[in-house]
Amino acid sequence: MNKTDFPFDDFKLKKPIIHMKNIRKSYYIGKPNQLEILHGIDLTVYEGEFVAIVGESGSGKSTLMNIIGALDRPTEGSYILDGVDINKADDIRLSEIRNKKVGFVFQTFNLIGRQSALKNVELPMLYAKVPAKERNERAKQLLEMVNMSDRMHHQPNELSGGQKQRVAIARAMANNPAIILADEPTGALDSATSRTVMDIFHTLNKKHGKTIVLITHSNALASECDRIITLMDGRIINDRKGGGTDA
Amino acid sequence: MLDNIIMALQSLRANKMRALLTMLGIIIGIGSVIAIETVGNSLSGSITDSMSGFGASNITVSITEKEDDDANTSQGVRMRLFRPSNPDESDLITDTMLEEFRTAFSDKIKHITISESAGSATYTADSDSATLTVTGINDEYIPAQEVELLYGRVVNNNTDADKKLCMVADTFVSDYMGLSPYNAVGKELSVKISSTPHTFYIVGVYKYEEAESLSAMSGRSVTSMYIPLSTAKTISGANKNYSTVTVMATPETDITKFIDIAEEYFASYYTLNDSWTVEASSMETLISSLTEMLDTVSLAISAIAAISLLVGGIGVMNIMLVSVTERTKEIGTRKALGAPKSTILMQFIIEAVVICLMGGGLGIALGTGLGAIACSVLGYSARADVESIIAVVVISMAIGIFFGYYPANKASKLDPIEALRYE
Repeated sequence: MNKTDFPFDDFKLKKPIIHMKNIRKSYYIGKPNQLEILHGIDLTVYEGEFVAIVGESGSGKSTLMNIIGALDRPTEGSYILDGVDINKADDIRLSEIRNKKVGFVFQTFNLIGRQSALKNVELPMLYAKVPAKERNERAKQLLEMVNMSDRMHHQPNELSGGQKQRVAIARAMANNPAIILADEPTGALDSATSRTVMDIFHTLNKKHGKTIVLITHSNALASECDRIITLMDGRIINDRKGGGTDA
Repeated sequence: MLDNIIMALQSLRANKMRALLTMLGIIIGIGSVIAIETVGNSLSGSITDSMSGFGASNITVSITEKEDDDANTSQGVRMRLFRPSNPDESDLITDTMLEEFRTAFSDKIKHITISESAGSATYTADSDSATLTVTGINDEYIPAQEVELLYGRVVNNNTDADKKLCMVADTFVSDYMGLSPYNAVGKELSVKISSTPHTFYIVGVYKYEEAESLSAMSGRSVTSMYIPLSTAKTISGANKNYSTVTVMATPETDITKFIDIAEEYFASYYTLNDSWTVEASSMETLISSLTEMLDTVSLAISAIAAISLLVGGIGVMNIMLVSVTERTKEIGTRKALGAPKSTILMQFIIEAVVICLMGGGLGIALGTGLGAIACSVLGYSARADVESIIAVVVISMAIGIFFGYYPANKASKLDPIEALRYE
């Protein structure tokens, strides 16, 4: 596929989902010693983009991801996620933002044990107070989408790694969030299942126009994305277009 | 809410043994409270039942030592030391007092009965021996106590005075004398009262009425042998006159008021007496003081059970803290998925409450079972105390909330980033 065939080539016309300006994050380790992890990040991600954030460990990737996912607030700078100012949100508002705007996919899947795949997918909708019947129907649809319908009543310990991650992706999509935030989603998977998972992300991106932020240290995976942002020592040192994929 | 309860049950099922051990403190605590309450309830219930059979409208008037005003001074103590502990004949209630009292309140008094115990008598038959309570009675006693005469006649204090005549129970006659009640009248009855042999003539046989509490306490029915009052006094060597009389009020009389009136009336005879006065009380006051005593006992045992509940509660708190630590990553995930603090707090409190309620439920079952067993051993019909069962449910919930709050609050305050990173 040629680059010019991308429907979202001209990002500027698109709605910004993530809009960060001069984000700084510091931690206090003992009173006088302030450790700054992020030294002023400016980042804008538009609707429908598939962005990879790459960097060595210690580059500030995780800190940036926590801020993007509204798990943490920046020390300085402004961050607007899908039109909501994160800086002004209190804890209750932050959990609401995480619930409705962000879909998390973790390296270790983080499914809730002793709860069926279906219940796991329903969980974010439960927190969003979606009525039981609607919750159940949507969860079934989402599991169908990731091809897990036949195992929806299985508990996490009865599923393989790849299956767990597919359930986790369905769960991330539960409240139709503005972004999917995937932290090393294939880090614990073998190459074949990694491929399946990545294909699901591409489908979500292409077919459903979902904005996806993928945090990875694998350059191979990053190169599949539309845009690759390289982080080093708390700064963005490179922001380039990726190769995309033929999927 | 329902989801939280289901979730709590799932987590309990995953750690069955742990959950059961955690509940044990609660089960034992609640179980002992319920068992005690059941026994206490049954006991006071049957005592009240049998006592009211004796007649709650009876007022007992008895002489009592005066409380010295200077009781606490050294002189008061000395006075009490030198004072005779037994009342003189002049200190006792006289026939004159009773007659005057009866005249003054003729509309309120149905009967005045006097009974004087002459100790217990032992009757020895061929192989068996029986114990009889020897009671000297006045003429009004038999009708007042509704004793049913089967054969013969009642003892009469005028014509039978100082004579060794008696009335015995039909069961005594048939069980120990081997006679039919009809044939017993006119027979001799030889007994030993405090090892002195006495021979009485049976003039009447009455129908024995079993009083539940008395038979339950002694195991074997002890019947009364009624003799003339004067005979009883001769045997026991007691003074003439009476230390205790029982006044039966008419049904329309307000007992509580009449007790005070009677006490005041008799006390007026004693204004000049240095050491004695009279006191009036009724079965009702006796029952209430008895119930009060039972309540005190069960309160004391409940206090011990409360300590067990406290220990159980701490156990619940401990296990909840373990559970929170174990599930740190899960809590982080839930927070990342958008669970607010309040939801996490609620989830863990409900889990603690579910543990405590299940413990409470098992405790109720255990306690009711133990209570029923104890009651059947003691010979009372078991009565479950509904009030305390409701109280137990409320208490278990309260324990769950109280001891679950700290771990739940800890869980709700976890930093999602730290929690997600927890291994």
